[in-house]
Amino acid sequence: MSPFSPIKIGSAALLALGTLLPLSFAQSVEAQEVNIYSSRHYQTDERLYSDFEKATGIHVNRLEGGGDALIERISQEGRNSPADILLTVDAGMLWRAEDAGLFQSTRSDVLEDRIPAHFRHPDGDWFGFSSRARLIFVNKDLADPASISRYEDLADPEWRGQICIRSSSNVYNLSLMASLIAHLGEEKAQDWATGVVKNFARKPQGGDTDQLRAAATGECAIAVANSYYFVRLMQSDDPADQEVVSKLAVIFPNQDDRGTHVNISGAGIVENAPNKAEARAFLEYLSSDSAQRYFAAGNNEYPAVDIEIDNASLQSLGTFKADDINVSVLGKNQPKAQQLFDRAGWR
Amino acid sequence: MSRIFSLDGLLFFGVLLLIGLPVTTVVAHLFMAGGDSWAHLMATVLPRYIANSLWLVMGVGLGTFLVGTGAAWLVTLFDFPGRRQFEWAMILPLSVPAYVLAYAYTDFLQVAGPVQSLLRDLTGWGPRDYWFPEIRSLGGAIWLFVLALYPYVYLAGRSAFLQQSECVVEASRTLGCTSWTAFIRVALPLARPALAAGVALACMETLADFGAVSYFGVQTFTTGIYRTWFSFGDRVAAAQLASLLLGFVALLLLAERISRKGARYHETSRRIRPLGIQKLFGWRAALAAFVCFLPLLFGFVLPGAILVTLALDVGDAQLGGRYLGLIRNSVSLAALTAALAVVLALAISYMMRTNRSAVARSTAWIAGLGYAIPGSIIAVGVLIPLAWFDNRLDAFMRSQFDLSTGLLLTGSITALVFAYLVRFLALAQQTTRAGLEKITPSMDAAAATLGAGRFQALRKVHAPLLKGPLLTAFLLVFVEVMKELPATMIMRPFNFDTLAVQAHNLAADERLAEAATPALTIVIVGLIPVVILTRLIGQSRPGQPTGSTIRTAFSSFWPRVKAAGSGK
Repeated sequence: MSPFSPIKIGSAALLALGTLLPLSFAQSVEAQEVNIYSSRHYQTDERLYSDFEKATGIHVNRLEGGGDALIERISQEGRNSPADILLTVDAGMLWRAEDAGLFQSTRSDVLEDRIPAHFRHPDGDWFGFSSRARLIFVNKDLADPASISRYEDLADPEWRGQICIRSSSNVYNLSLMASLIAHLGEEKAQDWATGVVKNFARKPQGGDTDQLRAAATGECAIAVANSYYFVRLMQSDDPADQEVVSKLAVIFPNQDDRGTHVNISGAGIVENAPNKAEARAFLEYLSSDSAQRYFAAGNNEYPAVDIEIDNASLQSLGTFKADDINVSVLGKNQPKAQQLFDRAGWR
Repeated sequence: MSRIFSLDGLLFFGVLLLIGLPVTTVVAHLFMAGGDSWAHLMATVLPRYIANSLWLVMGVGLGTFLVGTGAAWLVTLFDFPGRRQFEWAMILPLSVPAYVLAYAYTDFLQVAGPVQSLLRDLTGWGPRDYWFPEIRSLGGAIWLFVLALYPYVYLAGRSAFLQQSECVVEASRTLGCTSWTAFIRVALPLARPALAAGVALACMETLADFGAVSYFGVQTFTTGIYRTWFSFGDRVAAAQLASLLLGFVALLLLAERISRKGARYHETSRRIRPLGIQKLFGWRAALAAFVCFLPLLFGFVLPGAILVTLALDVGDAQLGGRYLGLIRNSVSLAALTAALAVVLALAISYMMRTNRSAVARSTAWIAGLGYAIPGSIIAVGVLIPLAWFDNRLDAFMRSQFDLSTGLLLTGSITALVFAYLVRFLALAQQTTRAGLEKITPSMDAAAATLGAGRFQALRKVHAPLLKGPLLTAFLLVFVEVMKELPATMIMRPFNFDTLAVQAHNLAADERLAEAATPALTIVIVGLIPVVILTRLIGQSRPGQPTGSTIRTAFSSFWPRVKAAGSGK
């Protein structure tokens, strides 16, 4: 047999693959750094990170992806995972990571002092840094905004064929449902879902902004969407977006009882974090006034810390009473929420 | 021949195993504990998901077959105004990812979009006063995938028709066939293996898709897979469902092979005369041009125009320096993967030429199945063995040498490229194998007689003859990697984004208009190889000066002569 077997080509390819190894993991040992696995994917966050780098000299490495995928990656990477921080946009994901034992508990006077108790894990596994409210929007030409004031009203037969809301697998709907399960019990939550499905104007599709636009054009009278999508439309220069804003009335549901459902974007330090001190510094930074203002100014979220914000549109919506159930319940109830949705035929 | 026990046999087998490992990992979940979400899913939503998937795949299969075959037949056998341009332009939609098509069409056709707004302005109707086709529907999804995927069938069909000898068609004519019946009864059956391969690729990609269908709110089996994972947090059940999907695809592929068992597809005549071209006039010519123009219009021109409008109107504020980095990342990943895929595919195909053992064949087959598994799931299939290896190695080094190797592969470019290879090797393999099968074994014998070793024969005889197919394989893998999203999301290193990731991040944040910029960049950068491909097509007509080698590129794109099943 020839020493130059064609198979060597195959092995050469693998060898080539191997030579790339050292290139691909150029981790500097001396420089201070913090490695963040994040499912925040907002371009407005850039300054959030660059400010931290400037202030502390700690370099921020980021890997952005879906929460479940990131959790899977951390679990598989195990004790050698480079992840210091897992940052998510949903309480359910924090709970899932906690459940998988991916977090270590963090004791920090700064964080405990600044972040309200219902926005953080009792043992400091994770902390919420900003919140978004799930709001109801009413087309003022088609319905009386005063006639709807609670999430429960969405299931009222009065609204047959009038409601636009997205798919049940969307995490914001799942967390709303999870909170209803906690407050009303499984049975009533199930009835609610069934009632809302009957009121659908169309089968669930698109994102939150699409629901707002559909309500503004009149395809439905009522839309459900997260607060920041509406605020973004308020800030848009596009006349079409302004038209959407002018057509819709904003309703903060359940102000007279438990308060409006909010979900959090939060983070925790990973069990095997190689840069624990830097990770802690980053979390504490996220609770600082300047970072908290970025959540409001950049992505129109509500800061977890009670501070003055610089976002006229967001402020114009006014203050509201938020549901202060501990957000870990949202994660715990999530699979149940999906089951109830599925049974109700909510796509 | 039991070459499998020789040194390079083992090496070869090892490579195949490595590529097949992720698929095996996914399937191995069937034997794992857990996966309790099953019962609930079966009782509630799964039957509907399965029905949707079946309709979708039937629609896409039929649609890509009709559009791809029809266009191929027209441009290969007839002459009409614009034929030369259509001949290459038909594959342009290849550069547009299905999820980008979904963004573009949704923006264009939704209730608040320009078309319906204009309609309301013109007629004074309210949004509920009229019926308008809903793009976010099963029908819309079929429409979308047909447009995005018909080029696979077109390429396959075109090369198959080009290779058919005039003699066969003439024989059918003397037996009383018109050009239409000759097409239906002779040309089409002869092209079957090639067309089936093209349709199979289109169907596999449809079944594995999540981005486009989830955006459309069409719930398919893959939706179910992701729902079990993301909503129920049950990854084991998700992988089990993916295995079922894979089983279904494998059955389909097998059924197609069995149904043509024993059939032979090579030419019996030694003298192959290319098909003559029939000139069309009048309304026939207009109709032919129109039929070719439609898929091009809806698959490329219209979505392209929508994206350009959005990008110019709003666009991504980050356009600039960051984009150079994104393009560099996307292109270098695509080029690297494509090169490796070609080399591997050549090695595998060449080995297959001499090794006919059932074990080797089935291993190669398994290695090609990665194409039918949804991206995120196959990425987990890659992640699990890689991370396991890394951690084992690290533990070993720590205990023996007090030295930590950390994660060598996981989170590296190497791992990412490996994931791409697992997913797209099938494309390169199919192209190369078909090309190699057309080279008669007597060539090998002649080379051996003249004293050439196997490597020398490959280098001096086969490689030059295979230049075309290898280039095609390279370009196809390149375009696919450019568009790839789910595996990139899970496997990539820190601070490493691609164009597809950028487009996804913006779209996920409901910034569709901004997402138009990266989406358009993917299309433009993806166009470069497609244009190279099209140039080859333009030159691949018989009688053109660049003739023979390049012509092999397209004529051997798909298995035609000696379908895999008939090579016993």
